[in-house]
Amino acid sequence: MASTRTDAPASDGKPAAEMPAQAAQGRLAASLKDAAVAAFLAGVLGFFFIGLRTDIEPGGLEITMRWTAWVVSILIVFGGRLALNLFVFRAQRPATGIVGAGLSGMGEALPGLGKWLMRGLFVFALVLPFFFMAAFPGKDRQFIDLAILILTYVMLGWGLNIVVGLAGLLDLGYVAFYAVGAYSFALLSQYFGFGFWMALPLAGILAAFWGIILGFPVLRLRGDYLAIVTLAFGEIIRVVLLNWYEFTGGPDGISGIPRPTFFGLEFSRGDDGFAAFFGLDYSPIHRFVYLYYIILALALITNVVTIRLRKLPIGRAWEALREDEIACRSLGINTRNTKLTAFSIGAMFGGFAGSFFATRQGFISPESFTFLESAIILAIVVLGGLGSQIGVVIAAIVTIGGIEMLRNLGFLTQIFGPGFDPVQYRMLIFGLAMVFIMVWKPRGLVSTREPSAVLKEKKRIGADMVAQGEGH
Amino acid sequence: MVAAAGKEAPTGGASARWESDPILSVEHLTMRFGGLVAVGDLSFNAGRGDITALIGPNGAGKTTVFNCVTGFYKPTEGRIVMRHGPGRQAETVEEVTNSGLRWKKEGDKGIFLLERMPDHEIAHRAKVARTFQNIRLFGGMTALENLLVAQHNPLVVASGFTVGGIFGLPSYRKAEQAAIEKAVYWLERTRLIDRADDPAADLPYGAQRRLEIARAMCTDPQLLCLDEPAAGLNPRESAELNELLKFIRDEHGTSVLLIEHDMGVVMEISDHIVVLDYGVKISDGDAETVRNDPNVIAAYLGVEEEEEIDIPEVLEDVSAAAGKAGTGKGGKA
Ligand SMILES: Nc1ncnc2c1ncn2[C@@H]1O[C@H](COP(=O)(O)OP(=O)(O)O)[C@@H](O)[C@H]1O
Ligand SMILES: [Mg+2]
Repeated sequence: MASTRTDAPASDGKPAAEMPAQAAQGRLAASLKDAAVAAFLAGVLGFFFIGLRTDIEPGGLEITMRWTAWVVSILIVFGGRLALNLFVFRAQRPATGIVGAGLSGMGEALPGLGKWLMRGLFVFALVLPFFFMAAFPGKDRQFIDLAILILTYVMLGWGLNIVVGLAGLLDLGYVAFYAVGAYSFALLSQYFGFGFWMALPLAGILAAFWGIILGFPVLRLRGDYLAIVTLAFGEIIRVVLLNWYEFTGGPDGISGIPRPTFFGLEFSRGDDGFAAFFGLDYSPIHRFVYLYYIILALALITNVVTIRLRKLPIGRAWEALREDEIACRSLGINTRNTKLTAFSIGAMFGGFAGSFFATRQGFISPESFTFLESAIILAIVVLGGLGSQIGVVIAAIVTIGGIEMLRNLGFLTQIFGPGFDPVQYRMLIFGLAMVFIMVWKPRGLVSTREPSAVLKEKKRIGADMVAQGEGH
Repeated sequence: MVAAAGKEAPTGGASARWESDPILSVEHLTMRFGGLVAVGDLSFNAGRGDITALIGPNGAGKTTVFNCVTGFYKPTEGRIVMRHGPGRQAETVEEVTNSGLRWKKEGDKGIFLLERMPDHEIAHRAKVARTFQNIRLFGGMTALENLLVAQHNPLVVASGFTVGGIFGLPSYRKAEQAAIEKAVYWLERTRLIDRADDPAADLPYGAQRRLEIARAMCTDPQLLCLDEPAAGLNPRESAELNELLKFIRDEHGTSVLLIEHDMGVVMEISDHIVVLDYGVKISDGDAETVRNDPNVIAAYLGVEEEEEIDIPEVLEDVSAAAGKAGTGKGGKA
């Protein structure tokens, strides 16, 4: 049906004054016809898929007709196609173009604003728990918890950005390192009684180690093969965790993971707890605030290290690798080691985030580390714009915040009936949002690249020149 | 340089530099792709401090030779010796060959068996840099960044293998400053200094060719291999390229191995020319020898492409034919 796009009305030498009205009429007629065709097709195809419903009955299958659903679906297709025709495919100024121009205007402004936006966000992030406690006394716990969740994804996004955005290696199994980090801490605490702060560096190192192990086999792979094999590795790790019952507890997971302590002080009600030591009244919110600052610090470390790495030879080699691997080798760059460092440093940050996740939850199971998780992290990186630090922050706030927002849309049940749960639709909405952004802004919100070294004048580099690397 | 004797024996003259002091020796190099013999039993030397041109019709196997020398292909057979330090160092070459090592380096002297080394080590240790027939720049990075990437290996050491760099050691800052100065030097030499902060993909074609040469020179090579650097350049740019190559040879003492179709460039600047046809060497010597070699004339007359023909009468014939065929392809002028 995409071919209808091409026969958009062209000016065919009519007097200028008549043109707009005639063209508009022709457009309407053509649009209506096209929408009718689409609706007819939807009716034919949907008759079996939507119109018929089969249920298993004692004597065989029972068929019920669902006329309403069928008609509604036809109407939706007709209306949607008509709207698309009028405002996008056949319009003189397609709506997508207008929105896209607006978005890219935003994208261009972002880097300039970026510095100030970054600073503003940073200051806000510093005071966020106190702001929430003051502004929303009843809901502060929930909001701080959401902020913690978003920051975790920001950190994961920044970690994956090293692999995908800088080195240009499409990694669909990043969640594996998140899992390695989480399970490293959980197992170390279970078997050896390690606390969070002891286990954190070890979890990072273990994840980096696994990054290298998983990196080796995929070194020679390109394009789609790289993506598929990394995806498989993500799943392998999860399946191993699921089936190695004696060691990992399998689907039961690991519970009783210790909470982080503040220089040895626990956030408990007792006399030797944090609150008692500082003479405060005990409140569970203290622990949330503390967790918040831990993840904020971890994320900021990730950010600072990444920004520094970009300006170091290794970071430039990553970007060069993304641009042209063969040229890299001709300049004496060991591409194997360069790829492995990207995998392992990215994995290390994933590992840190994983062990933070374990301590926050107090319980982990393989279910938290499915492919969907990898997909969300990758979506954050891609939406933000490959290689852009601020883009990841915005994308994480929008995606994770957006998904959580859907939980708070209770009023919708009054419209759609009590059975309606918006959370059930979050992946649908998430997917639609992805499609729209990729159509309008295929290189993400911040698609320009900032040079890592400047002689006279810093000029941002347009996305059309920057290569994307393998597997995109 | 002495006029070389004949086509069979690779120029017997004792004073030919490529015989007495070769920086690169290609010995019995054979490269097969399945049944196709792209290069067959090829031997030649490139003299230290010379510009050596490798010429031949399209598909003769020139790029394949480059890919073998720079480690992008593993040769089917043969030995490729790269020498640092003067002389043939015949004993060391035999010693390294028999020892099974890849290379041996003592002070300024060194022997590198390139057929045993991976590509990045050839660039890093043996100091052989190259450019590509179809330009391979880092398009999304600025001209300056391209030249900094070329200095990766010394900079990695200066950054304390990244750890020191993350903590902002002053010694790394100094090293980076020096790297930028070197990049600026080459940007000035190649007249790209005004475009230093522009992405490489944004530069005009001729500038991209120059930037690729500048980038190769930033690796401090002893041997610079250029695959058709004048392809697609206009006559003025071509003349500029000649000056640049002479500058590289005379002021930096870098030896140059050059694949080129443009006979104007080849005849003017080459000290030594090796002619390939169907993967086999058909002539070897200085410009005079090669120009008069009947084998070379025969090989070139058999080819239709006008850029490869240096004899004015033939050129006219070819452009007339091209005009008649209605392809619109004129002569060089
Ligand atoms: N990677 C390869 N695989 C198969 N055949 C190749 C490969 N590289 C080059 N060849 C073949 O080797 C021959 C020489 O090619 P090449 O070295 O590119 O010639 P030129 O002298 O024009 O640079 C050609 O017939 C080419 O098709
Ligand atoms: Mg070639």
